[in-house]
Amino acid sequence: MSYFRYDKTDGVATLWLEQQGSDVNTLSEAMIDEFAEMLDRVEQQPDVRAAVLISGKPDTFVVGADIRQFVTFDDKDEVRALLRKGQAVLMRLEHLSKPVVAAVHGPAIGGGLEMILACHYRVATDSTDTTFAQAEVKLGLLPGLGGTQRLPRIVGVTTGLELLLTGKNLYAKQARKAGLVDALIHPPGLHHAALAAARDLAHGRRTRRRLTLSWRDRLLAQTPLRRIVYRRAQTDVDERTYGNYPAPYRILDTVRTGLSKGMKAGLDAEADAFADLVLTPESRALVNLFFLQNDAQKNPFGAAQAREVDTVGVLGAGLMGSGIAELSTRGGYDVVLKDQTMELAAEGKGTIWRSLDDSVGKGLRAFERDVLAERVRPVADVDLFGKVDLTIEAVPEKLDLKQQMIRDVEARTPEHHVFASNTSSIPLKQLAEASQRPDRLVGMHYFSPATKVPLLEIIRHADSAESALATACEVGLKQDKTLIVVRDSPGFYTTRILALYMNEGLELLNEGADIRAVDTAMKQFGFPVGPLALFDDVGVDIGAGIYDVLADLFAERGIDTSDAARKMVEAGAKGRKSGRGFYHYEDDDRQGVNDDVYRFFGGGERRTFAKVDVQERLALMMVNEAVRCLEEDVIDTPQDGDVGAVFGLGFPPFLGGPFWYLDTRGAGDVVQRLEQFTQAHGPRLTPATLLTEHADTGRSFYAS
Amino acid sequence: MDHPSPQTPAPTPTNRPSPNRSSNHSSNQRSTDGRAVVLVDGVRVPFMRSGGHYLDLLAYDLARSAVRGLLERTGLEPASLDRVIMGIVMQNPKTSNVAREAALGAGIPNSVPAYTVTMACISSNQAITSAAELVASGQADAVIAGGTESLSDVPIGFGKALRKKLYQLRKVESVWAYRKLFRGLSLSDLVPRTPGIEEYSTGESMGEYGDKLAAMFGVSRKDQDEYALRSHQNAARATREGKLSAEITPVAVPPRFDPLDTDNTVRPDTSMDKLSKLPPVYVKPYGTITAGNASPLTDGAAATLVMSEQKALALGLTPKAYLRHYCYVAQDPYEELLLGPAYAVPKLLDEAGLEPGDIDVIEFHEAFAGQVLAVLTALGSDTFARDKLGRSSRAFEVDMDILNRWGGSISLGHPFGATGARLVTTAANRLHDEDGQFALVTACAAGGLGHALIVERYEGSA
Repeated sequence: MSYFRYDKTDGVATLWLEQQGSDVNTLSEAMIDEFAEMLDRVEQQPDVRAAVLISGKPDTFVVGADIRQFVTFDDKDEVRALLRKGQAVLMRLEHLSKPVVAAVHGPAIGGGLEMILACHYRVATDSTDTTFAQAEVKLGLLPGLGGTQRLPRIVGVTTGLELLLTGKNLYAKQARKAGLVDALIHPPGLHHAALAAARDLAHGRRTRRRLTLSWRDRLLAQTPLRRIVYRRAQTDVDERTYGNYPAPYRILDTVRTGLSKGMKAGLDAEADAFADLVLTPESRALVNLFFLQNDAQKNPFGAAQAREVDTVGVLGAGLMGSGIAELSTRGGYDVVLKDQTMELAAEGKGTIWRSLDDSVGKGLRAFERDVLAERVRPVADVDLFGKVDLTIEAVPEKLDLKQQMIRDVEARTPEHHVFASNTSSIPLKQLAEASQRPDRLVGMHYFSPATKVPLLEIIRHADSAESALATACEVGLKQDKTLIVVRDSPGFYTTRILALYMNEGLELLNEGADIRAVDTAMKQFGFPVGPLALFDDVGVDIGAGIYDVLADLFAERGIDTSDAARKMVEAGAKGRKSGRGFYHYEDDDRQGVNDDVYRFFGGGERRTFAKVDVQERLALMMVNEAVRCLEEDVIDTPQDGDVGAVFGLGFPPFLGGPFWYLDTRGAGDVVQRLEQFTQAHGPRLTPATLLTEHADTGRSFYAS
Repeated sequence: MDHPSPQTPAPTPTNRPSPNRSSNHSSNQRSTDGRAVVLVDGVRVPFMRSGGHYLDLLAYDLARSAVRGLLERTGLEPASLDRVIMGIVMQNPKTSNVAREAALGAGIPNSVPAYTVTMACISSNQAITSAAELVASGQADAVIAGGTESLSDVPIGFGKALRKKLYQLRKVESVWAYRKLFRGLSLSDLVPRTPGIEEYSTGESMGEYGDKLAAMFGVSRKDQDEYALRSHQNAARATREGKLSAEITPVAVPPRFDPLDTDNTVRPDTSMDKLSKLPPVYVKPYGTITAGNASPLTDGAAATLVMSEQKALALGLTPKAYLRHYCYVAQDPYEELLLGPAYAVPKLLDEAGLEPGDIDVIEFHEAFAGQVLAVLTALGSDTFARDKLGRSSRAFEVDMDILNRWGGSISLGHPFGATGARLVTTAANRLHDEDGQFALVTACAAGGLGHALIVERYEGSA
């Protein structure tokens, strides 16, 4: 027995889920098999009248299926057979003659949630550790053990669809409200409460929850009204995904089948859909990213090398600076937040407070907001930096200003202090010229908005000491970031590949493309925001500044840098912050295209481009440059390249990142396409040497 | 009633053969080293369920009656007082320094300063130890220390949003501006709020925590009901035998002026059968704390007279007890909200140089039966001692025979601000009744706070 421990008190059996040799419980074929044996035992023992299913691990119930297993699937029939077997066990549980109570503390995710859905009563702890999610959609899948069928029958069609389609977490109190959980209890009382509930069920003092639809749900799911329900859900999916992800549609179909044709048909549809989806490239890419992100949430230099950090200094209290400060206080650090004046610094604290306040009621208590905000000390000078262990500067991208900051801060801070620049493009080598302690200088490149974008790009320059890098990584991890470490060079990794991608957008405008057409094409390709809208968000002036830093690189690529961006800035169209850029903005909301800027791109005459050409020119520009970064050792591995592009720039996750995309599509095909583009549009689209090599050998990037 | 005994020698702080095992006199240690501090006497008004006999009164009225009763009982000339200190939790904003109003109302000369302290359910313990500090350090000779609470009269107010608007209203000049001001308020902002019973920092209510604590220490519903039954039986017996009249000062209050001389919180007729039928109130449906095994909402006040031994004797008063060592502790309000005594008791015994076997009387605040039993389990647990107290073995295996023999907060009621003074007074009275030397008083309080105090019987008295 390696998954369950069985014991018995007063006629109630307890099935303790305790996967041996693992910190957490995961769902697998072996576990389901043993679960079936447990059900036999419950059924066969005459003195057992009811059972409780509970985890024996301290803070988790079941974290989901063993995802590593998914990667090995290659035969639809086998997958389907496996699921049917699991479905049958849970069906047996649902119809067991003796009542089974689920007792949940900690996350009940994916298959873990499906197990408890088949139980007859659910008790959960009121702890914030306790969460429920049918997260399969995030891996391009759907629940395969009846989740698509039982969840809507328990929480209703509307909530059920929402949970299945978004994969979002429910906390215990929300789950109670949704009807997913029948009773709440404090963690130490969980087992007792479940035993009491089991006895109540066994003695008829409480009746089993039946999986029947409410009249409201029957109205929504079994009358012509259902068309409206499903159409609305489908429209939501279309708008969010542009049809790039097959899973949500299969989820909709499966739910619909089950609710109109019954559980049996629903389960069949579910097994079919899972077997199809698990073999799709979309799912494979998402599963790979899941593993990559897990790996990128560890300190590559080892936590042991990191210096203890108590206080983080942040220079610049604008949106970026206050975002970094918020992440730092949430990460448990005291923060000294400096700007030029007290007014600016205090306003930064205001930004942090408002952002924290938005989280109140969503996992944060008002009191915790107060504690977190109180840790941030706004200042106008470096007097307090004597106690700062690591400073992150987020001042404007001006070399002399940043160098002055280094000198000011180093004059005040202790020897072990790490100075981290949040520059998006200025080489650290240049910043280091101002430093007395260049070994303690690193880059910590955040993405706007810092509190939302998962990536943190750590930059090491020639003299960066490993302990300084380890310290920066540790702070980044405490800030809940996904990390990649890149080598110092102009634009590093993310800015460099993004700059070439965005430049290609400007090239298209020069050739007569329509602003919205370009943005829409890239959103349909799978980016969260179009390149020109992104220009506005970053700030056209900032974008233009990056051109200067990357001037040599652009020249090398044969890019004739247009000065259109600079002219836009001169004309006051700096993007979102100035109310206009490529678009107009009202109250910070994006409005229509700002036709006025076409005069910087050859006039108002616009023409139509083939969507696929727009998409491929931009995307392949980014992919090709990513390969160059690998070639030049700016990034260490293709995996880092994929993490950086997906989690920092929003490269379409279903494509898995630039390198995964190359491996899936084939380097040869991409080289061919780039060569066509080179002929038509110039040498900037010339395939990278390493890419051509891969095309020639047919070797994949991931294999190397 | 008291006989002067000026010849009694001033004892050493702890007159035990080998008192100080603890060589570590840390700065945390608090004792009334310095001048000997005595408890001359203590009284309380009868404790009444909230919404009952004291419904028309303010906490100030109860405090005034208690102070008046104490003055009458001790015969102390009010002018010889140096200070009046009162504890309270739910302050009425009209009498925010309730100690001062009660003192003036009780006829204490207006030249005697008075102040109010608040420390959740150990507010009057804080009042008493503040008094002890004033006396020990020679700043005062005679202090009235106690506390009061009317949970029938909690300050019901409006939410912050409406309060802000009402403040701004003072500056409004036109009807137009008036309308504009109230825009943006929701209907729910207009609903009056009773004061929160939740911990401000954690959002968890006392009862939810108590229920969790009981489960943490494996205290069953049955254990809790049995404990509650015992509390009521003890209180009923003590009342019947007249033991409690030593601490109760009878009152007659508006509007009916019925003579009141016993607590109406005690349920002499309760039984396991009745208790086991009550539903859980905080954690539904599978929690274990019910209205029957928790302390009830109560109105009441208590006051003690704390003096320097010298002055008491000089005035011809016979003290009942010495106030010896005491300590306060604090833990994480999320993890150990009501576990304070499990930390305070071992710490205090060490500081006082006493063994568990030296304790003859225990007065233990009963917030919930589950909390009492959990703390007793912790005190008697080797694991808890090792993991939490850094001791090799259990701190204190409590003999139930010496615990709350005259009832406790579950049966006698729990007016937050007054309970501490009741515990100290009862401890002193029981030492005499049970012929003991040392009494241990201990209580938990919101905020993760805890307190313990050693009371030693005054030998010179009856």
